[in-house]
Amino acid sequence: MYRSHVLVCGGTGCTSSGSQRIRERLEKEIAANGLSEEVGVVKTGCFGLCALGPIMIVYPEGTFYSMVQEDDIPEIVSEHLLKGRVVTRLLYDETTKTDKIIPLNETNFYKKQHRVALRNCGVINPEDIDEYIGTGGYEALGIVLTEKKPEDVIQILLDSGLRGRGGAGFPTGMKWKFAAANDADQKYVCCNADEGDPGAFMDRSILEGDPHSVLEAMAIAGYAIGASQGYIYVRAEYPIAVKRLEIAINQAREYGLLGKNIFDSGFDFDIELRLGAGAFVCGEETALMTSIEGNRGEPRPRPPFPALKGLFQKPTILNNVETYANIPQIIVNGPEWFASMGTEKSKGTKVFALGGKINNTGLVEVPMGTTLREIVEEIGGGIPGGKKFKAAQTGGPSGGCIPAEHLDVPIDYDNLTAIGSMMGSGGLIVMDEDTCMVDIAKFFLEFTVDESCGKCTPCRIGTRRMLEILEKITKGQATMEDLDKLEELCYHLQSNSLCALGQTAPNPVLSTLNYFKDEYIAHIMDKKCPAGVCKDLLQYIIDADKCKGCTLCARTCPADAIIGKVKEVHVINPEKCVKCGACMEKCRFDAIYKE
Amino acid sequence: MKSLEELRAIRTKMQGKVGVRAENENQIRVVVGMATCGIASGARPVLTAISDAVQEQNLSEKISVTQTGCIGLCQYEPIVEVMEPGKEKVTYVKMTPEKALEVLRLHLLGGQVVTKYTLSAAQNNKA
Repeated sequence: MYRSHVLVCGGTGCTSSGSQRIRERLEKEIAANGLSEEVGVVKTGCFGLCALGPIMIVYPEGTFYSMVQEDDIPEIVSEHLLKGRVVTRLLYDETTKTDKIIPLNETNFYKKQHRVALRNCGVINPEDIDEYIGTGGYEALGIVLTEKKPEDVIQILLDSGLRGRGGAGFPTGMKWKFAAANDADQKYVCCNADEGDPGAFMDRSILEGDPHSVLEAMAIAGYAIGASQGYIYVRAEYPIAVKRLEIAINQAREYGLLGKNIFDSGFDFDIELRLGAGAFVCGEETALMTSIEGNRGEPRPRPPFPALKGLFQKPTILNNVETYANIPQIIVNGPEWFASMGTEKSKGTKVFALGGKINNTGLVEVPMGTTLREIVEEIGGGIPGGKKFKAAQTGGPSGGCIPAEHLDVPIDYDNLTAIGSMMGSGGLIVMDEDTCMVDIAKFFLEFTVDESCGKCTPCRIGTRRMLEILEKITKGQATMEDLDKLEELCYHLQSNSLCALGQTAPNPVLSTLNYFKDEYIAHIMDKKCPAGVCKDLLQYIIDADKCKGCTLCARTCPADAIIGKVKEVHVINPEKCVKCGACMEKCRFDAIYKE
Repeated sequence: MKSLEELRAIRTKMQGKVGVRAENENQIRVVVGMATCGIASGARPVLTAISDAVQEQNLSEKISVTQTGCIGLCQYEPIVEVMEPGKEKVTYVKMTPEKALEVLRLHLLGGQVVTKYTLSAAQNNKA
């Protein structure tokens, strides 16, 4: 029995910043100090504050160490773990702002968060089923199998108001009800863990930090709709998540929480993993199921909907990882508890992956209805370098931008749709004044061009034509007619594409056109990029009054584009300039500017 | 897994362990002085004895057992301080694992300060 637990983040973020080595060193130092019997080291999932990784928490004190380096370990062990003296220099600086060390839950980053789906992430060891059970895990499955009828389970979900967290926000209870109503000799429960939006990593973190919550929810779903087999479709690019899922499935089988006659109820359920090769379109439900079947991952027309004919032509439900992670909690705490959080039509909480130009990059879970301003300015800690907020991008390649004027809109499914964006899976990319909105639209179109599966013409050719027009605009070669054509193409793709990938691909363009049309026009009419991003419209110029002729810029230039002699004014040759900006960074006299 | 009881038995067994990671302001805090002076006079077995007992009895969500540095009363080590929310701090001195378990039983669970082991008792005896 350990008197002290040292939790080291083993999520992807902290693993890449070296938490594996830190854990090994920690174990070595603890042994060297004779503390192996007293102090336990626990590898957990993501704590959320990825920007400050590698992260370590010491319990029972709840001391939060951030950016821990291997060389800090001996000090932490001999000072804190042995003698009880906190190593203050390594504390998260938010906790040490006053004389007193404040608890983590009172820092700006955690204060407004409310963890339901992430409740175990960073708290338990995801590779130990006992720890999950110790925090109330599999209780919901036990209650459902021994005390509830399938229709009761569906009613609980309907009452809770839970909507799909994968993006579209379809009521989960309805989905289950449809699948339950269709009779078949075999039905399936699938989990969509093919998280593909650039910048989104909430599903990965849940799988890495609390895999059993997903397994438990899938078994509950199987009971509710009458299925005995589940599949988790997870990206092969998530090796840690895959490994922990495998461990979790094996442990659950050993305990008889998966397999035959679970809880002596006569209910059988098992889960298998299917690894996706990383095609974005496989996140679309029909393409995902086609891929599980072993075929090329391409969507097919709906109807028939999966609830009637899904995987292997059998009734199937498919839910997202985060949706599942909420379900055991809803069963245990009751639908009223869940419905008490959030807004009128969007209940519960939502996990967002904060990224881009923001201080606290990481994972946050807030009640629906929290405003974007609270997320960006309070939880996210604002924008680095005192820059101004320009827009936030939600919903990835299918979503849109939210400009500063809508910062105070409470975030939920319907409000985001109303302002031309969408919830999406929860990626939230913050952009500052140095971001060019045309360039952002181009970035997402490049992504959809790459990821379009090619089955239907509007998406295969339409996205490419749209990208070509955007490239023309960023090169300053477009006309206003091109802009009209671009908009027309958007509507064409929306109404004619086969699946959501093509239908939503125009969203980044439409929303930037809606809120930042002046930037498009500046590119076309003035041949200028107001944010100074689009290289073809940029020119670096040396101010003759300020240049001292130090030659530093000429020596720095990788393209030999700067000419000038010592103590004479230098000049940039625009023909040779590659617009890397290295000269501007190096100049000590602020003599180089761009326009 | 054949029944909810079986599941709940594992849960109860694990609760003490996982509860060590609970954070709430209503916890009773038990702090053991673990500087060189404390360790030299036997604070480590005291700390582990209390910590183990608290976890075994599933009290870790209510009682947090931590260590601290030198309190400044080295001649009275091992020192155990008990801080209950809204109550005055009680300082126990010259602790042994046995005495500490007595404090756990009588004070932390029974609500009765074990006066004979407190700092004021020790100081009065001296005087």
